[in-house]
Amino acid sequence: MSTTDRSGTDAPTNEPSTATGEQAQVLQAEYADLHDERLIQHKGVGGAIREFGNRVRGGDLGSLPVVIGLIIIWGVFQALNPVFLSPTNLVNLTLQMAATGTLALGVVLVLLLGEIDLSIGSVSGLSAAILAVTFVQLDWPLVVSILASIIAGMAIGLFYGLLYNRFGVPSFVITLAGLLGFLGLQLWVLGRTGSINIPFDSWIVQFAQQMFLPEWLAYTLVVLTAAAYAMQLWFTGRRRAAANLSSASPVSILLRAGAILVLLGIAVWYLNTGRGVSVMFVFFLALVVIMNFFLTRTGWGRSVYAVGGNVEAARRAGIRVKRIYLSVFMLCSTLAAVGGLMAAARLAAANQSSGGGDINLNAIAAAVIGGTSLFGGRGSAFSALLGILVIASIASGLTLLNLDSSVRFMVTGAVLLLAVIVDALSRRSRTASGRA
Amino acid sequence: MTVTSPTKQSGGRPHENVLRLRGVSKRFGAVQALKDIELDVHQGEVVALVGDNGAGKSTLVKVLAGVHPPDSGEIEFEGRTVSIQSPTDSRDLGIATVYQDLALCDNLDVVSNLWLGQELTRGGTLDEVEMEQRSWSLLRELSAKIPSVRIAVASLSGGQRQTVAIARSLIGEPSIVILDEPTAALGVAQTAEVLNLVERLRERGHGVILISHNMADVMAVADRVVVLRLGRNNGTFRVSDVTSETIISAITGATDNAVTRRAAAKTAATPVPGDDLDEEPEA
Repeated sequence: MSTTDRSGTDAPTNEPSTATGEQAQVLQAEYADLHDERLIQHKGVGGAIREFGNRVRGGDLGSLPVVIGLIIIWGVFQALNPVFLSPTNLVNLTLQMAATGTLALGVVLVLLLGEIDLSIGSVSGLSAAILAVTFVQLDWPLVVSILASIIAGMAIGLFYGLLYNRFGVPSFVITLAGLLGFLGLQLWVLGRTGSINIPFDSWIVQFAQQMFLPEWLAYTLVVLTAAAYAMQLWFTGRRRAAANLSSASPVSILLRAGAILVLLGIAVWYLNTGRGVSVMFVFFLALVVIMNFFLTRTGWGRSVYAVGGNVEAARRAGIRVKRIYLSVFMLCSTLAAVGGLMAAARLAAANQSSGGGDINLNAIAAAVIGGTSLFGGRGSAFSALLGILVIASIASGLTLLNLDSSVRFMVTGAVLLLAVIVDALSRRSRTASGRA
Repeated sequence: MTVTSPTKQSGGRPHENVLRLRGVSKRFGAVQALKDIELDVHQGEVVALVGDNGAGKSTLVKVLAGVHPPDSGEIEFEGRTVSIQSPTDSRDLGIATVYQDLALCDNLDVVSNLWLGQELTRGGTLDEVEMEQRSWSLLRELSAKIPSVRIAVASLSGGQRQTVAIARSLIGEPSIVILDEPTAALGVAQTAEVLNLVERLRERGHGVILISHNMADVMAVADRVVVLRLGRNNGTFRVSDVTSETIISAITGATDNAVTRRAAAKTAATPVPGDDLDEEPEA
């Protein structure tokens, strides 16, 4: 949390010891939320940077470690193999990320409650198996197969939530049992054959492998995103001004929306020099943005953070804590099922090792590397995106260097360890500077 | 509403009686935690509830908060006989309880904590602007010293956290606010801050039940003191007419020994007669 108002980057400087009297007077007359003379405020773009520096020193790192880590990883791999940052490889990266990233998004939710779901890999494998068996062997319509897989995921989450609420068993144990149990169920569903190919011409495989946004649509989406962001800031700013609260200046709104426009625009342009922007990747991004909206803008999201921060306080505030647990476990398993479908579609097959191997732990590692605290109550939907970007980059870079999975496991493990240490250190420094 | 400080009007009935308990009893197994408790709280009045450990203060608070429904006795709220069976009943009546452990979410900012569980929404999404504005006006009204409502509660001092907890209880405009040991573990300045806040609550017309071990605090802000001892009423005193020694002797049950008799004779302090309660302290 910042010590100044969230949107107050453009507010005049008003430091207790150095503030000129007039400036402080003007300010106090203007805004209801900037009255207190102890409030340290910074002015303009330079002030925003200084304020950011203060926050980082205070241990409120946000996405900074993972962004720095990502730059280092990309730099090293690019130096070792110039193919790494080529459009072709980056397009592949986006395709590889989407499925595990969707699992990681679910993990972010349970981590926000301070809980864990170890069974996401098994659930995703089960969902892939259900899709393959019902669609290919039983000839169900594809949409029905997909719905069946997703409903299976929801039912598993419901089961976890009910167990957790009824018996108070730690989610670690419940989902560890689920990891084994649903792996067994996956093998049973697949039956003797063990591996089932999904027809290449079905739209779900096309969606995962071949569908790219037309150039005009990709750019339109970029412009719409930036415009929606600017509009939202502007409307909030107007309401805040009407309510006599400090608000973002039009210049800062334009700067921020402009930055988004330029960054996304460059990314789209670069990917378009390769195969383009994958529809499945856009689907994953949309899931992240929607989840972020629900977490930050709705009462449900506020309750999730409250339960993760202090269950007892949440209960006393009248939040129906059990419903929150139930909804989060259900969402996590449902997202795991969706991720399983995406992975199966990308492979064009479901087999006994679907959802197995390192997928489970990669998804959990991605959520943590992205900056979601293991201790609950701190994190954001975007950490799933950033974390999976790191993990997929490492995997892709090491594959390009012809190093096999033994090295990949060790490097990913080291990065995860680093992320957890950064989390623990920043937690300590937050406590020291009162930003816990 | 304009309320003159009831400490200055020791004569007359202060205001409308909001809460009235008669013969409230509560047993836990073989333990009679509360026996025939009587308690009155008026509008704009601070009633201090004092007593030694195990005197039944916390049980009484839990009865009012709906955590433990009473076994017998009558609770009248604003003239109606009511039954408080659950925390929701209590809250719906207009009784807000601020517990000793403040139950704030450290990871959330002040606004989020104030409105937790009762967030204002606008078109299905949180109305941050309205919540922030109303937080500011509430905190202003309480003369609370919180620099920004957008900082995490973890970074606030003990007194500020207590302020947030008390302010939160006021969101639903309750008639009665119960404060459980609000100054325990606070420094001198912070204690003063919280006591100021109690004064603000009285000015706003809330009836306040203040549970405290600290006689200085009780003498500083309370209008009346209700003493509990071993689960029973052990006297009701008007703060303006009494010394803290008298209260302490009522708490400890040492009313009837030579030292207290002499002290009582010196100060000529007596329990308030005719305050609806029979305040014959029992030894």
